Amino acid sequence: MILSGAEIIVESLKKEGVEVMFGYPGGVVIPIFHHLFNAPFKFILSRHEQGAVHAADGYARASGKVGVVIATSGPGATNLVTGIATANMDSVPLVIFTGQVSREMIGNDAFQEADITGITRPITKHNYLVQDIKDLARIIKEAFYIASTGRPGPVVVDVPVDISKGEGKYSYPEKADIRSYKPVTKGHPRQIEKACRLIESSKRPVIYAGGGVIISNASAELRSFVKKTEIPITTTLMGLGAFPETDPLSLKMLGMHGTYYANHAVNECDLLIAVGARFDDRVTGKVSEFAPKARVIHIDIDPSSVQKSVRVDVPIVGDCRNVLADINKQVKAPSIKEWVSALKKMKKEHPLGYRDSEITIKPQYVVEKIEELTKGEALVCTEVGQNQMWVAQFYNFTEPRSFFSSGGLGTMGYGFPAAIGVQLARPDMRVFDIAGDGSIQMNIQELIVAVQHRLPIIIAILNNGFLGMVRQWQQLFYDKRYSHTCINIQPDFVKLAEAFGAVGIGVDKKEDVVPAIKKALEITDRPIIIDFRVDREENVYPLIPAGTSVKEMITSELI
Amino acid sequence: MTQHVISVRVENRSGVLARVAGLFSARGYNIDSLAVSETEQPDVSIMTIVVRGDDRVMEQVKKQLNKLIDVIKVTDHHPMESVQREIMLVKLKALPAKRPEIYQLVEIFRAEIVGISPKTITVEATGEPERIDNFIELIRPYGILELIRTGRISLTKD
Repeated sequence: MILSGAEIIVESLKKEGVEVMFGYPGGVVIPIFHHLFNAPFKFILSRHEQGAVHAADGYARASGKVGVVIATSGPGATNLVTGIATANMDSVPLVIFTGQVSREMIGNDAFQEADITGITRPITKHNYLVQDIKDLARIIKEAFYIASTGRPGPVVVDVPVDISKGEGKYSYPEKADIRSYKPVTKGHPRQIEKACRLIESSKRPVIYAGGGVIISNASAELRSFVKKTEIPITTTLMGLGAFPETDPLSLKMLGMHGTYYANHAVNECDLLIAVGARFDDRVTGKVSEFAPKARVIHIDIDPSSVQKSVRVDVPIVGDCRNVLADINKQVKAPSIKEWVSALKKMKKEHPLGYRDSEITIKPQYVVEKIEELTKGEALVCTEVGQNQMWVAQFYNFTEPRSFFSSGGLGTMGYGFPAAIGVQLARPDMRVFDIAGDGSIQMNIQELIVAVQHRLPIIIAILNNGFLGMVRQWQQLFYDKRYSHTCINIQPDFVKLAEAFGAVGIGVDKKEDVVPAIKKALEITDRPIIIDFRVDREENVYPLIPAGTSVKEMITSELI
Repeated sequence: MTQHVISVRVENRSGVLARVAGLFSARGYNIDSLAVSETEQPDVSIMTIVVRGDDRVMEQVKKQLNKLIDVIKVTDHHPMESVQREIMLVKLKALPAKRPEIYQLVEIFRAEIVGISPKTITVEATGEPERIDNFIELIRPYGILELIRTGRISLTKD
């Protein structure tokens, strides 16, 4: 079959079963958009390319499918960069098409030309510049395969305009066969056996589960592992929801803003079982003092994550789901009653908390009320900063793919566009973006997209008029010198919502918090902004200062 | 910090060198030498990379290389178990009076005179990199005007 390059792209996407595509048009992708016009999948037009790629990312995280994006050459492509890096750090499967100037113009400083394969090389799992139309279908097949297998990640396909316009023979390959890319999925049986013996003989084990559990859909296997062994479990930010935080064995999140008991458990444990987690510096703090008494089992699909920052006794390279299933088949429960009851006691004695107030609205109170009024069943996106940490601490996540946040890159402005993708993937669920007043202004232009598609996303702004996390660090570590973090000159968010055709609700008093959330939950045909005027100088605790250990933990305000 | 010779079989296509080089530069590892060529298979290239680092760093380098989609195989070549060679070209200041001494050194090292001009001699030396290092030290006093090395290539013996 002879087709144009643009038609090959659309046909290939159909073959891949794409249901939603996100993007923004421009000069060199007009030929492709010409054929997207009547393609049998939904197209979501963002208002800035960054919005498109974050939305595709949210869609991918919520659905487990590959998110698909298209943007034009030059500025269209460079506007994607933050979103691509975000997806790369958090292992999100995306296939991103960028337009490119025609082949004979490449390298010529042509209008809207950017070397996007060069720019994105360190922030993609892989990328392609299509140089011959006969490779196009194969490249698309490979792009989807690479993006979604092994440790997932974004793949960029850069398509020169003369390839989109040119014609070539089309046949879509049945499968991708890449000799240099064969991800390992099954764990080595001998390693699994070693791990089981180590688990059985441990006295103070802790499971440390990360985003890999969610990506590999291993939540059920993780739950049976915990059920079988009764080992206490902490998760990373990216692992929230992998295991129900309402379970007595859950130690909730560990790390810089993790719970007292999770961090102390890791500090005291004699065996750390890392599952789909990568010992990020926000988890370990000072590496040499992280889990100092522990032997370490590390299950991860990415060999380069193993032994990277922490020495591992039993590395198991493989898909978390397969490996946990294999472990569950043979592992026996260790005798750890004393350890478990000591941790349960610690959990009771040092709970997460905050000093509530009758005068001001505490941001943590808002998060708790959102959980209460949605019965903990909402899908929650966050921005980055204090809002993100308060959600992680005070909303109890019980299901995988219910918490969406930029963990690795820490991208402010991620949450709201991601919420658009999440809502499209899960139209049956209520979706929140719990935001700060700083972050929400970073991609507020996407509000019109939610209005256009009648997506009832609830944006809960924890508005303190500060870039709060940086202000908190300035307060604690930089002599309260609040250099350029006060942003109380800000838009009227209620009017802003109305200007976009969304609903705006302002909340200044504590007693209005619950009615405002209730009112928002009743609206189902448009987005809602609730502007919560919260306590301006509330801080996130506990806090382990960067590069230090659990000994340095600050548990509450030093007055 | 020991020197490692890493042999990387890669897909022979554009952009691969940039990926491999980027991996080193992004982590601040300096490459001592790099040689790239085609192999017995026209669609496969070999990059021989000489880099310094402790075992932990090298383990990470190898894993990161393996993670690149275009990388087919990564091997660390131990000098005892591989044949390693390098070519050097050197242009020496060589006024007629000094030439006999230079000829002698060239002969001892089984190097070759490949160019001659009224004031200079150009010598080619092939061999194990350490041997070439020694040769350079011996000819240095005569005045090296220009020197270039190909970077090492390496094949395992078995």
